[in-house]
Amino acid sequence: MTPTIAFLLALTFLISVGALLALVWSIATDQFSHGASAARTIFAAGEVGRAEDPAAGRHGLADAPRDATDEEAVTARREADLSSRVPVLTLLASAVVWLVVGSLYGLLSSLKMHMPELLADIEAVTFGRIRPMHLNAVAYGWASMAGLGAAVWLVPRLFKTPLMGAGYATAGAWVWNLGMVLGLVSIGAGLSDGEEWLEFPWQVDALFVLAGGLCAVPLLLTVRNRQVRHLYVTSWYLMGALIWFPLLFLLANLPYLFPGAAGATVNWWFAHNVLGLWVTPIGVGIAYYMIPKILGKPVISYRLSLLGFWSLALFYSQVGIHHLIGGPVPTWLVTLSIVHSVMMVIPVVTVAINHHGTMIGHFGRLRDSPTLRFVWIGSLMYTASSLQGSMEALRSVNVVTHFTHYTVGHAHLGMYAFLSFILFGAVYFIMPRITGWEWPSRRLIVLHFWLAFSGIIIYVVALSIGGWFQGLALLDGDTAFMETVRLTLPYLKARSVGGALMTASHLLFAGHFLTLLWLGGRPADRPTLFRSTIPEGRT
Amino acid sequence: MTRTIAIMAGAALILLFATLMLVVMPYTQMAGAPVPDELEAYSEAELRGREIYISQGCVYCHSQQPRDPGFSNADQQRGWGRASVPGDYAYDQPHLMGTMRTGPDLFNIGARQPSETWHYIHLYNPRAVVEDSIMPAYRYLFRVVREPLPSDTVVNIPDPYGPEHGTVVTTREAKDLVAYLKALDHTYPVETLPHKQKGDANGR
Repeated sequence: MTPTIAFLLALTFLISVGALLALVWSIATDQFSHGASAARTIFAAGEVGRAEDPAAGRHGLADAPRDATDEEAVTARREADLSSRVPVLTLLASAVVWLVVGSLYGLLSSLKMHMPELLADIEAVTFGRIRPMHLNAVAYGWASMAGLGAAVWLVPRLFKTPLMGAGYATAGAWVWNLGMVLGLVSIGAGLSDGEEWLEFPWQVDALFVLAGGLCAVPLLLTVRNRQVRHLYVTSWYLMGALIWFPLLFLLANLPYLFPGAAGATVNWWFAHNVLGLWVTPIGVGIAYYMIPKILGKPVISYRLSLLGFWSLALFYSQVGIHHLIGGPVPTWLVTLSIVHSVMMVIPVVTVAINHHGTMIGHFGRLRDSPTLRFVWIGSLMYTASSLQGSMEALRSVNVVTHFTHYTVGHAHLGMYAFLSFILFGAVYFIMPRITGWEWPSRRLIVLHFWLAFSGIIIYVVALSIGGWFQGLALLDGDTAFMETVRLTLPYLKARSVGGALMTASHLLFAGHFLTLLWLGGRPADRPTLFRSTIPEGRT
Repeated sequence: MTRTIAIMAGAALILLFATLMLVVMPYTQMAGAPVPDELEAYSEAELRGREIYISQGCVYCHSQQPRDPGFSNADQQRGWGRASVPGDYAYDQPHLMGTMRTGPDLFNIGARQPSETWHYIHLYNPRAVVEDSIMPAYRYLFRVVREPLPSDTVVNIPDPYGPEHGTVVTTREAKDLVAYLKALDHTYPVETLPHKQKGDANGR
C-alpha cells in the first residue's frame, strides 16, 4: 500500500468522524434551531394528538376541522393533495403494474432453479435473462416509481403549498415507463450491458436520467414557494435521494469508461448506492412522515433524525466494495467499505430509536391501521436488515455468505420486507387522499398483508439457512461441488413457496388498486381500517 | 431556499467525496496494474462468445474470481486456480466477475475442461454429463438436422438426452460460446499475488 493511499484512507475516516462530531455539536447547541418545533412541522395547529388515517374525504373523521384555523389548514392540505393528483396517480399505477410484472419474472426464476427444464426451450425466458428482468422490474419499475410517487405526493404536504409544475413529473413518469419497457425488452432479447444492476443498455439509460430530471423539477419549483420555516426531516431524505440518484446513475452507466477490475468496483459501488442513497432515503423518509402522522405524535427526537440523515450520507456512500471481499481489488478499498458498513450502525440506530420509540405506547394501533402496520413492520425490517448487512460485511461472516443464496435472502429482507412494505403502506394512505375514494375491501388489505408477510418470512428464513449451509460446504474443499448444489434444493423449493405467496399478494393488491380506480371505491366518509374501531381523533 | 440549497449541496459533496474514494482512486491504481505477459487478448470468435455469455446471463450463477487462499483455500483445492489479480481482467469489458456460485467458478474452465465435445453436450443438456445439475439447457444454441452437411459440427448427445429423430449440430453461437469458455485459462503465473497470507494488512 502506497503512503498516498494510506494517507487518503486515514483522511476519509477522519473527515467522516470529524463531520459527525461537528454535526453532533451543531445539533446539541441548536445552531440550526431544530427541535421539538421542527418535528411538529407536519401537523396543522392543534393537530398533535389527533390520529390521521386512511380517511380522505371532506367528512373524514380525523380530518374534520374543529375551528376556523383548523378549517383553513385542512382545506390547504386538501388542495396540496389534489395538486399532485395526476403525477402521483400515474407513478403509483405504473409502479403497481411493474410490481406484478417483476413478481411473475421472479417467481419463474425461482421455479427454474429447482425445475431446470421448465420452459427451457424459450430463449427469452431462460434463467439468465428473467432473473435480471425481475431485478430491474422491481427495483426501477416498482420500488423507484412508487417511491417517486410517494415523494411527489409528500412534497406539497411537507412544504404546505400546492405542487408547482406537476406536468413535468407526469411527463417524467411516462418517459420512465418508456425506459422500463425498452430496457426489459432489451434484456429479454439478450441485449444486456452485462453488469448486475446496470443491465439496461446505456442508450436506454439516458431516458431514465431525463425522466428523473423531469420528476425533480416540481420539487425545486415547490421548494421556492414553501410556506413552512422548518424543513421536516422527510424532505431532507427526499432531496438527498433526488440529488444522489441521477449523479450515480449517470456516472455508473457511462459506456466504455471503466474496464476490467475497475469496472467491478464501479459496478458494486453503484449497486449498493441504489439501495443506500436512493431507495433507503425514500423508504426511511416516508416512514418518518407516516408514523408520526398516523399516531398524531411528533417523532421523539428530532435532533437525532438529522444526525441519522447525515451519517447515512457519509457512511452509506462508501459501503459498496464489501461485495468484492476476497476479490481481485486492492485490500485498502475493501477495508474502507467494511469499516463504513459497520459504521452504518449509527444512522440505523438513530432511525430505530425514532421510529420504534415514537411507536411506544401506540402498538395497539397496529391492529386497526393498515398503513401503520405496513410502514412500521417495514421500519422494523429496516433495522433488522441493516444490522444484518453490517454483520455480513465482516470478513469472518462474509467468507461464508459471499457467493451464496444467503445474500439473496438479505437483499429481499431489505428491498421487500423493509422498502416494499413501507411503499405498500404509503399507497394505502395516499390513494384515498388523491382520489377521494376509499379502498373497497378491508378483507383484501388483510389478505395482502398476511400473504406478503408470511411469504417474505418463508423466503428469508429458507435462503438464510440454505445459503449458510451452502457457504460452509463451499469452504470445504473436500466436498464435491455438486453436493453444495444438492443441499440447497429443499431451501430453493421453500423459496418458491414464499415467492408464490408474495406474488399472490401482489395480484390481490393490484386487483384491489384497479377496483378502487374503476369502480370508484366507496365514498370517502369512512376509512377502511382493519377493525371498525373509533379513531382517536373522533369527538 | 438557502437551506434547501445547502442540504442539496452538502449531499452532493458527500457523494463526490465517496466517488473520489471508491471510483477515482481505485481506477487510477488499477489502471496502472501490469498486464500479465502471457494473458492473450480475445480473438474475434471469443469476443462474440463473450457476448453470448453476457446475453444468456451466465454471470448470475458463475463467478470468475477464485478467492485469495488467505481468505479461503477451497477454491484452490477444487482446482479453480490461483487468486485473480486486477491485471487478469485487462481485456474484460464489461467485467464478468460475478457474485454467485450456484455453479462453479469459471476463471479457469478452459484449462479444467479442454474438451469441446464435453462443453457442447453440457450446454445442450447439462444433466447429460452432470447428474442433478440445475443449470438451464441451451438447446436453442443447437440445430437438429436430418442429414448433417460436411461443414456441420455434429454433437453426439448420449441417450436419453438427445432428440428422438435427427442429429444435433452446433450453431455459430454455440461454437463462439465454447471458444470463449476455452479461452478462460488464467493458469499462467503472475508477479504479485495480492495479500497471500491472512493477516497481512499491508496487502503485500
